[in-house]
Amino acid sequence: MSAYRVEFRNVSFKYDNEQPWVLKDCSFTVDPDESIAIIGHNGSGKSTIAKLMNGLLFPQEGEIFIEGMEVTPETVWDIRKEVGMVFQNPDNQFVGTTVQDDVAFGMENRGVPRKEMRKRIDETLHIVGMTEYVLTEPHRLSGGQKQRVAIASVLAIQPNVLILDEATAMLDPRGRKEIMNTLHRVQTERSVSLITITHDLHEVIQAERVIVLNKGEIWDEGTPREIFAKKKALREIGLDVPFITTLKDELEKSGIHLEQEPLNHEQLLEDLWIYHSNM
Amino acid sequence: MDISLEHVTYIYQENSPFSHKALDNMSMHIPSGSFVAIIGHTGSGKSTLIQHINGLVRPTKGKVSIGDYQLTHDTKPDNMKELRSKVGVVFQYPEHQLFEETIAKDIAFGPENFGVTQEEIDRRVEKTIQDVGLDQSYLEKSPFDLSGGQMRRVAIAGVLAVDPEVLVLDEPTAGLDPRGQSEIMDMFAKLHVEKELTTILVTHSMEDALAYADHVFILNKGSLFMEGPPLEVFAEKEALQQVDLDVPEVMQFLNAFEQKFNQKIPYTKQSMKEIAQAMAQIVKGGQSHG
Repeated sequence: MSAYRVEFRNVSFKYDNEQPWVLKDCSFTVDPDESIAIIGHNGSGKSTIAKLMNGLLFPQEGEIFIEGMEVTPETVWDIRKEVGMVFQNPDNQFVGTTVQDDVAFGMENRGVPRKEMRKRIDETLHIVGMTEYVLTEPHRLSGGQKQRVAIASVLAIQPNVLILDEATAMLDPRGRKEIMNTLHRVQTERSVSLITITHDLHEVIQAERVIVLNKGEIWDEGTPREIFAKKKALREIGLDVPFITTLKDELEKSGIHLEQEPLNHEQLLEDLWIYHSNM
Repeated sequence: MDISLEHVTYIYQENSPFSHKALDNMSMHIPSGSFVAIIGHTGSGKSTLIQHINGLVRPTKGKVSIGDYQLTHDTKPDNMKELRSKVGVVFQYPEHQLFEETIAKDIAFGPENFGVTQEEIDRRVEKTIQDVGLDQSYLEKSPFDLSGGQMRRVAIAGVLAVDPEVLVLDEPTAGLDPRGQSEIMDMFAKLHVEKELTTILVTHSMEDALAYADHVFILNKGSLFMEGPPLEVFAEKEALQQVDLDVPEVMQFLNAFEQKFNQKIPYTKQSMKEIAQAMAQIVKGGQSHG
């Protein structure tokens, strides 16, 4: 049993016996209504964590719990009612002949009543800004538009755990920001655990907690501010820090000492203004 | 090769209920040897534009010229295959198209299709694997044993092996980690010079457009909205906002800094260190402020 919404208990995984471990002894928990970012270099095991969470893969060692239920081949269908996932490449995720059919697909599988389906289709396509494409054939959409529809499809099944595996990589920066803001709102309103696997630093900053993976192990865990304070070490494992963190560093070298690690432009500007006013 | 579009309109499934205008009277010129970036909001016509440049589709109206090859609604070059061999396209997530048992075979697939002699194919396979920053020991390995970033390099080697004169890159860094992103962009910058390519980068990254391109085209709803050298285009903050695009982050911050401190630090691609020094001087009150 587990009291958390998601719990990984000493999980290790490899694709087959000849291969090295992809994940080694990973333990972490996620609360309801919490938002988590998982970052790490390519091949660090991030996507494997996502696939383990909804039973696409099973660990050789350790246990995974969703809503207190252990993820096993027997529970996998119940688990998938709780866990919604959007992958990096939306092309592999389309089944419907129109955008609305596609959004309906997951709901049909879960026996959502027709009237409710109609409502959720309109609602979720509105959230992702794709209302005018309701009758469009998915293959006519651009990569970014497909990603928006894939997100709508998952939102429509109202999962308790929402995993985005590089699901906004094809969106332009502003579209990404809008969608992430909306998802964070949904997360708070509906007590959804939002887990984003991403290289986008703005997405990482929006999360309440960050888990850093390196070569299959949990390298660090903390608030975005705590994590980005370790800039040098992060760069050594192939990751980057936000523009604002780099600028604060350079300001430090130019003799401007600021107390806190800024997380956005406004904060840094405000801190600089206070510094200036105290001169 | 010079590339130009003259009043190109492209309508998907014309005369059907699904009819949709993807390009609307677009004209642009890409001089031979330039490195250009094409930027636009999702659905602005970027992908349709790429498809015109290597002749995957023909314009509904207007004319596309790629070197001596010309495409209109009713005419296409006699030798389409030759055109496609001269315009290499690295599509989104190109590693998903890898399929051969060995990397060498995968790279050879393109030139084989274009009828290149075996001797020349062998030479190109050996050369291109190095061009993408991998050594020859990889050639007999399976592409599926590689990391994501390495797989992408192999897919790019396959495009280079056809020996194109124009290289079109559609979101080439999507899904790569930050180190992988800068490595792959640096690789394209190097290839651009070494192979004297005309490089067309389709990207959402204003940072990459600023760092690598010498000319930027901004698309909006199938039309050309703005063009020019990156520093000039990105100085037009308000205009870009109209089409839902933001300026590169460094320029955003400098704009906000100017508003707060009433002093301008012009952006000239100077280093972060130089920017910090200029800011420190103002913040420390070295100069008067309003």
